[in-house]
Amino acid sequence: MKPRLDGRRAALAAALLALALVPAVADEFYVVLFTKILVLGIFAMSLDLLVGYTGLPSLGHAAYFGAAAYAAMVLAPESAPANLLLTLPASVLVAALLALATGALAVRTAGMYFIMVTLAFGQMAYFAVHDSPYLGGSDGKLLFARPVVAFGGAAILDFAEPQVYYLLVLACLAGSYGILRAVVQSPFGRVIQGIRVNEARMQALGYATYRYKLASFAIGGAFAGLAGYLAAYQAEYVNPKLLGWQESGLALVMVILGGVGTLHGAVLGSAAIVLLQEFFSELTSHWMLLLGLFIVGSVIWLPHGIVGIRAWARRARTR
Amino acid sequence: MTGEPVIRTDGLTRRFGALTAVDAVSLEFTAGRIHAVIGPNGAGKTTFLNLLSGNLRPTTGSVRLRGREIAGAPVHAIARLGVGRSYQRTNVFPEFTCFENCRLGAQARLSSSMRFFKPADAYAGVNADAERALSLCRLSHRRDDAADVLSHGERRQLELGMMLATSPSVLLLDEPLAGMGAAEAGLMLDLIKGLASDHTIVLVEHDMDAVFSTADVITVMVGGRALETGTPAAIQVSPAVREAYLGAAKGAPAP
Ligand SMILES: Nc1ncnc2c1ncn2[C@@H]1O[C@H](COP(=O)(O)OP(=O)(O)OP(=O)(O)O)[C@@H](O)[C@H]1O
Ligand SMILES: [Mg+2]
Repeated sequence: MKPRLDGRRAALAAALLALALVPAVADEFYVVLFTKILVLGIFAMSLDLLVGYTGLPSLGHAAYFGAAAYAAMVLAPESAPANLLLTLPASVLVAALLALATGALAVRTAGMYFIMVTLAFGQMAYFAVHDSPYLGGSDGKLLFARPVVAFGGAAILDFAEPQVYYLLVLACLAGSYGILRAVVQSPFGRVIQGIRVNEARMQALGYATYRYKLASFAIGGAFAGLAGYLAAYQAEYVNPKLLGWQESGLALVMVILGGVGTLHGAVLGSAAIVLLQEFFSELTSHWMLLLGLFIVGSVIWLPHGIVGIRAWARRARTR
Repeated sequence: MTGEPVIRTDGLTRRFGALTAVDAVSLEFTAGRIHAVIGPNGAGKTTFLNLLSGNLRPTTGSVRLRGREIAGAPVHAIARLGVGRSYQRTNVFPEFTCFENCRLGAQARLSSSMRFFKPADAYAGVNADAERALSLCRLSHRRDDAADVLSHGERRQLELGMMLATSPSVLLLDEPLAGMGAAEAGLMLDLIKGLASDHTIVLVEHDMDAVFSTADVITVMVGGRALETGTPAAIQVSPAVREAYLGAAKGAPAP
């Protein structure tokens, strides 16, 4: 037990170090690409908490991602950079509160109904933004500049450089992973995993399962919001697509492709999708087709996702 | 009967459309006794347990737990009042280890599990309760095995252990011996008898030899009604019971 755990720690530390070195060794193009991977990695991890740990297959998770992105836009001054220390927590809070409000209804349902209800809430959020001139309608809106970290009016840290912004995103990913890992190992985490397997049994043991599902939904929404805030400022632009069902579906594909119920699998899934999109789109204009085939193939041959490759290879060798 | 009843039902009734599955049942269950509920298939035994545990709401009637009305309360609230429940179909968490199954039971005794940061296995009291439950259900040697590799009998033991980990005062057992071989059933019966002194046990069971050898009180249910309640000896010679159930349906033990 123990050595494996330490092995995992070492692998994590090595991965983090390697990622931290990306801006030092790679072109700006790759820095931007990796920023995208990490932002969507946070988003996919937040969905994994729902899908892989709580058993809540949301198809509307982008609503919280997009809500925080739009909150970042609304909170940003017209012609000056926003203060990250104020707007990041506020945007995350907006996403969490929206998740709490919609989740209060959604987690009362299960299975197919849950999928339908989350999809419906997601589309409502999409059209609310899409049809609002104040929020920029279907065109979206530009953000004036990346945020800064400011104390008493003086900016002490500026994220205009893609390399610096990348490091901010990496720090957020590492922090999110650390917090979510602690959460799934906490008493709360054990309860939601029990709910995923058998909710009725958990009730019979004395757990008020509704509250735990709702709390999980809100925590997932908060981290989706963190990712949405970072996505908005990476592009320095928000548009309604951030809240659409395609975005929710993409996150679900990342989670499944990477390996459900593992957290780090979600980040690997994000890397796979972003890199394949990039790779296939250079090969052909029909890259969506190639990506689709790849996803179908991997779901068939890699049922446990990318994180399942090691076990799969071990089996193949002994066969 | 001696002692205050721990559970008392009054006119407890549950209808499913035109069918009255439990029909005006008024019974008392006393601490320290094994009270068996027997009856042919479809008699309403499981439905009766579901009404006690909160899995179903009664159509009419009341359920009192130590004088407190609990009819219609949610399952988790009733569980927290000390009512443990096992199911006719084995109901454990197959992918979790035996220890983790029991730990989930023990953790349910925390005032709340809305605890997000400290690791679950750092709660020493919870761990100790889980280990105790594992040894009570005699599965300590299987501690780190996943529940889905256990034999059927062991899984039923684990279900009992998970329930005991919540430290219930009332045990509602729905056919705990079903599908077991003689040795497994013997072990389970021993376990149940050992729990009788400090629990209130409601035992639904089809195995007549087991019921007549362990129960202190037997209620016979037929068609949703509690036909008769008495000691095993009294039930065995009751003409009404013989006619409605023992004689007609399955093999009654020879008197
Ligand atoms: N949820 C339900 N909806 C409709 N009818 C039900 C429901 N649950 C039970 N019944 C019916 O109520 C009656 C009593 O069922 P119950 O399961 O309580 O019987 P039982 O005594 O436990 O039988 P067995 O010995 O086979 O377990 C049966 O006719 C059954 O079909
Ligand atoms: Mg039954």
